[in-house]
Amino acid sequence: MFDFTKVTNWIDALLLSFLPGWAATLVECVLVALVIITLYAVFAIILIYMERKICAFFQCRLGPNRVGKWGSIQVLADVLKMLTKEIIDMKNVDRLLHKMAPFLVIVASMLTFACLPWNKGAGVIDFNIGIFFFLAAGSIGVVGILLAGWSSNNKYALIGAMRSGAQIISYEVSIGLVMLTMIVLTGTMSFSEICQQQADLGWNIFRGHIPAALAFIVYLIAGNAECNRGPFDMPEAESELTAGYHVEYSGMHFGFYYLAEYLNLFICAGIASTIFLGGWAPLHIWGLDGFNHVMDYIPGAVWMVGKTFFVVFLLMWIRWTFPRLRIDQLLALEWKYLMPLSLVLLVVMALCVSLGLTF
Amino acid sequence: MSNNNYFSGIFFGVKSLLTGLGVTMKEFFTRKITEQYPENRKELKMFDRFRGRLVMPHNDKNEHKCIGCGLCQMACPNGSIKVTTESVELPDGKKKRQLVKYEYDLGCCMFCELCITACPQGAIEFCTDFENAVFDRTKLVQQLNLPGSHVAEKPVAPKPAAPAAEKPATEKPAAPAAEAPANTNPEKPAAV
Ligand code: SF4
Ligand code: SF4
Repeated sequence: MFDFTKVTNWIDALLLSFLPGWAATLVECVLVALVIITLYAVFAIILIYMERKICAFFQCRLGPNRVGKWGSIQVLADVLKMLTKEIIDMKNVDRLLHKMAPFLVIVASMLTFACLPWNKGAGVIDFNIGIFFFLAAGSIGVVGILLAGWSSNNKYALIGAMRSGAQIISYEVSIGLVMLTMIVLTGTMSFSEICQQQADLGWNIFRGHIPAALAFIVYLIAGNAECNRGPFDMPEAESELTAGYHVEYSGMHFGFYYLAEYLNLFICAGIASTIFLGGWAPLHIWGLDGFNHVMDYIPGAVWMVGKTFFVVFLLMWIRWTFPRLRIDQLLALEWKYLMPLSLVLLVVMALCVSLGLTF
Repeated sequence: MSNNNYFSGIFFGVKSLLTGLGVTMKEFFTRKITEQYPENRKELKMFDRFRGRLVMPHNDKNEHKCIGCGLCQMACPNGSIKVTTESVELPDGKKKRQLVKYEYDLGCCMFCELCITACPQGAIEFCTDFENAVFDRTKLVQQLNLPGSHVAEKPVAPKPAAPAAEKPATEKPAAPAAEAPANTNPEKPAAV
């Protein structure tokens, strides 16, 4: 596997050759931030286009097909529209919080985005409690949503935000437990080590067999709920709450929520592929050395993005299949079904690991 | 809720969810039903029951089936139909009512089809033509009976017209609604 640290070390050495240490670090930080923001925007555009097309196909339609070939630059047109729209100042909102909320959401989303391991040696935020950091940073987003609902001075927004708060806090329990389950299997919280381990020993979903597969499903459900996407899009619920917590936002402030929704989807899928499907680790089938060798030639970033888009497709499939849940059904699903299941999974996984039943 | 219900509920739920996923996956690969309208204008075919605009089919002898009874006009809740008739004297001395003008206002028709249901002769029907936009409201008022047309004679009406049913395809552009009375297929009469 190509080790991306070679590139980063080379850039580091190059910068250090004519800059003092602190300046080199500063330049590197800015570079990384630029790369992250660019990737963020590019993936958002791809995802929005993908969602429109996939949604259309599931509904037996063609989707956007007028702007550019296959409607490919439709999203760019939408971005331009969003950027040029007026940001309307409401009269009776809490100014500071109202303006701050979208940034909190987008910052949380970008922080978690930076956690993804793109390739061997190409993780931006990577340290020994990576998963823990991911969970913590991801939770900032819900603060943004709650603030948006509260500061908007609008009943719909407030109800949406409260629903969202209840939902995200509940499903965070499942996510945490499922991640714990996988940590029991891997024995580490660092994303790079988790990936390395899977490159050496095989993907976690195969290593952990039944409990890992079930954990994957629980993660998909809970992750979908974390992203506030259908069938768990109670906070937005256009038909009953107009748009939920971001009803009072316009222009790019709304755009931030929109962006964050899609990127959260991507991040959720990315983490699923990191923890369960091996991240950048290529697919290896035990015993087929020739096949494995060919797989090794595909770069890790391609594996990572490919797996992530596969999971994104799964999530979109779920979204465009099921109707929206009621809030009590939503909470019942979490507290009566998913949480007990993930507790059981945790115990089963611990037993499997201690009895040596994993691969 | 007993334990039994809890677990059977889960299995039932999972099963129905999987059914749903199966349905959407199948839909994902089926041919898409979107009509790309202006591009596929040539081959676009509306489904038969589409109610585009009222027509009065004529056969190739320029005969229609309307006897001018006015039932359609009375049935129409919107007053979109205006039937003008006159009385003529037949060679044998009897008087007979005859259609002079059948006016139909597309602009205030609500496509309820009550007129067609009311017609005892099956003289009018809806065609599937949907490109009905015009620049002037007055153009929406159409005369459905063709100039010089007259009512089909009783014995002639159903049977001898049958072979004529094949022909009209060739003369379509010239005589838009000139289809045999027996031919109920409302295929593409040209725009008026
Ligand atoms: S379809 Fe209805 S509204 Fe239109 S002409 Fe016939 S009866 Fe009148
Ligand atoms: S179209 Fe039918 S209902 Fe109307 S006047 Fe003619 S025969 Fe009578």
